[in-house]
Amino acid sequence: MNALYSLVLVFALVLLALFGVGSAHMVKLFGISLPMVAVAVFLVGFAYRMIKWAKSPVPFSIPTTGGQMKSLDFIHHNKFDNPVTPGQTFIRMVLEICCFRSLFRNTKVALKDGRVTYASSKWLWMFSLMFHYSFLLIVIRHMRLFFEPIPACIGWVEMLDGILQIGTPRMYMSDVLILVGVAFLLARRLWDAKLRYISLVTDYFPLLLIISIALSGIYMRFIAKVDIMAIKQLTMGLVTFHPVIPANVDVSFYVHIVLVCTLLIYFPFSKLMHAGGIFLSPTRNMPNNSRIKHHENPWNDPSIKPHSYEAYEDDFREPMIEAGLPVDKEA
Amino acid sequence: MADLPKADELFKSINYTPPSTGWMDTPADCSPGNWCYPAKAEKLEYLGFPNPRDWKPSDVDWKLPENWQDIVHQGFKERLGKYRSLKVFMDVCVRCGACADKCHFFIGSGDPKNMPVLRAELMRSVYRKDFTMAGKILSTLTGSRVMTEDVLKEWFIYFYQCTECRRCSLFCPYGIDTAEVTMMARELLHLCGVNINWILEPVSNCNRTGNHLGIQPHAFKDIVEFMVDDIEEITGKRLNVPINEKGHEVLFITPSGDVFADPGIYTFMGYLMLFDHIGLDYTLSTYASEGGNFGLFTSADMMKKLNGKMYAEAKRLGSKWILGGECGHMWRVINQYMDTMNGPANFLQVPKSPITGTVFHSATQTKMVHIAEFTADLMKHNKLTLDPSRNDHIRATFHDSCNPARAMGLLEEPRYIINNVVKNFFEMPEQTIREQTFCCAGGSGLNTDEIMEIRMRGGLPRGNALKSVQEEHDVNMMACICAIDRATLIPLSNYWAPGVDVCGVHELVGNALILDGEKERETDLRLNPLPGKEE
Ligand code: SF4
Ligand code: SF4
Repeated sequence: MNALYSLVLVFALVLLALFGVGSAHMVKLFGISLPMVAVAVFLVGFAYRMIKWAKSPVPFSIPTTGGQMKSLDFIHHNKFDNPVTPGQTFIRMVLEICCFRSLFRNTKVALKDGRVTYASSKWLWMFSLMFHYSFLLIVIRHMRLFFEPIPACIGWVEMLDGILQIGTPRMYMSDVLILVGVAFLLARRLWDAKLRYISLVTDYFPLLLIISIALSGIYMRFIAKVDIMAIKQLTMGLVTFHPVIPANVDVSFYVHIVLVCTLLIYFPFSKLMHAGGIFLSPTRNMPNNSRIKHHENPWNDPSIKPHSYEAYEDDFREPMIEAGLPVDKEA
Repeated sequence: MADLPKADELFKSINYTPPSTGWMDTPADCSPGNWCYPAKAEKLEYLGFPNPRDWKPSDVDWKLPENWQDIVHQGFKERLGKYRSLKVFMDVCVRCGACADKCHFFIGSGDPKNMPVLRAELMRSVYRKDFTMAGKILSTLTGSRVMTEDVLKEWFIYFYQCTECRRCSLFCPYGIDTAEVTMMARELLHLCGVNINWILEPVSNCNRTGNHLGIQPHAFKDIVEFMVDDIEEITGKRLNVPINEKGHEVLFITPSGDVFADPGIYTFMGYLMLFDHIGLDYTLSTYASEGGNFGLFTSADMMKKLNGKMYAEAKRLGSKWILGGECGHMWRVINQYMDTMNGPANFLQVPKSPITGTVFHSATQTKMVHIAEFTADLMKHNKLTLDPSRNDHIRATFHDSCNPARAMGLLEEPRYIINNVVKNFFEMPEQTIREQTFCCAGGSGLNTDEIMEIRMRGGLPRGNALKSVQEEHDVNMMACICAIDRATLIPLSNYWAPGVDVCGVHELVGNALILDGEKERETDLRLNPLPGKEE
């Protein structure tokens, strides 16, 4: 049901764009105003969310440790799963963010022959890596639309991405991989009963949105064969704040851009913010060194005191003396 | 335990297919057996917790305070401002489900609300409604819902089916720690007087008598005498055990479970024998006679209050540093909270082993050393005279207790010790040990009999792993470094792997130690005949 709602939502967006560009007025709205607003909302929203998180203190040092701590000299210390220095913690975070290390650990439980079994299950790790890296490549490739002259590195990425030299225009690997990646994530959500059970509209919607963005992009490139120079004119107009709407831009472009803008606007208000949140997760971004170094809790209440020894002794003095235990104050 | 199904029947009843009704439309089952007994009114009164009263979770009316919704809302808001962890964890979960089958309670029950992601969603759904814009407008579509009495009841049931073991956190790509979420939910429940006796009674005992079992000082001394007698019977040597004495170098604190309950007492005997063997200048304390901190399961403030005793007592007695016994959540608190809450303890010195001269840099700030670190260091420097053959009747495996494993990283030291004192040591399967270890299912105050079926379900992963080494290697003893484990793993192994016993690591050390001037031993610490000494 939730998947269906999301699908309907995405269709509605596509239709909106298709009919919208019917009138010249709407072209301006979709080609100029919407992207401007979307980028602004994205940037401000992202920053706002990060600041909001960062405003809450981290009162305690609570890293989840994943290996041997630093202790005696003769015991091997697992530096990157149980870091004690900022440098080691940094590497732990890099591994987490760039290699999805925790997901790599994933296992799958099954009940077999009266036993619980654990099988290594790296599918989620593999496909999410594929998806995220393709996404990154695609974003980098698109940067050519916003620079003049185009920085060389973007050209290299593009060349690598199309290195297989399949078809004309050349097919990009990232286009295929992102679709494979997202399709897997979506299929997994629909197939696995447990996941279907926990999935909300807000889980399906971004996946379907990204699929439709990728598909509209591919359509523009291979089927509509849109006029790239015209589009670049438009995008350059946007970044230089001298917006122009060139003629003969295919309607598919407007569909694409409406979807992309939706994603940008949706991003800061949704779970997609995991992209920023991962940097702030206290169980991962802290060293496990609170036995070594003082960690400050800004709201630690000094008035909280233990039940005092004096009160304790007052309570039990007689039996203590009788039992021959030393006391501070004789009866 | 009467109506506990047989192990294989219980196993067969597990089904991982979720029900056809959505989780928001499936109310929690509040019938007896699904909850621990609520806290007695007198305990709440003594501790100054709100809303003391007589009530039962199976009642329709939980006698909540008039404005309970407001209390929860305000409490929630306050904690979002105090803990970044809570704020981030409420927002960034993508419901990828990587954590779903990592929780022992889910593995053993199949109840989808025991998937860590859904357990946290129980709280997130309210968070979205109360604190996010989208949730306010689009309710069910974004998975948000109003805090009703049914939701609160659901919280109570499921946040007391989480042992705060953090296994889920290890697998989450963002490190979302459902244990943190559980801690916050429990704090909020406390604000309305919804809590369980098995936590509050220990807390109130710890506060007054110094330990969670409520052992009074003279009784504590009697018990220690009793153990000294037993040691004399076994070794022919009478040990001197200082209690509450000033001016000793080391203050030794261990969970009171070791003083009171079988098999913890054998571990305690092991400590005493070790200290005698190396001539450690130490004292025990009756005032600070509890390492385990049940306050951790109520609120940060209570945790601080209880833990404060350790430093207060070290100061009063004039000790130089503190040595801590084998305990799980005691070490979680010491490693992650102690210095922050109760420190800095500058009246103490950086711990240095008086025997080997090793300085424990890992405890520079807290001044507290784990006995496994301490003993491993002694062994490395050959300071102990050992006869491992006295453990030849033992075929051991090791259970990594969750807290030392995932909130500290104490993995190798106990293994090093065991390998020095036991010849036959076997590891359980890889996915069930070290940082991936499975909980005893009785941690965080859940080791009570009225939820035995839930505990046995949660104990399935550990029990299964144990059974596999029992079948393959004839393992008959599971060592661990946690006093709660020593209590909870016994019914667990009786149920899932009958025939396997449970011990602390220092019990094995005590067996192997050759004390100066001892007589030839006939029995181990449990008074069972040693191999070759049977009649
Ligand atoms: S693994 Fe983390 S992100 Fe994934 S569902 Fe669990 S808590 Fe959410
Ligand atoms: S902390 Fe442990 S008990 Fe709680 S949800 Fe996570 S895995 Fe389950």
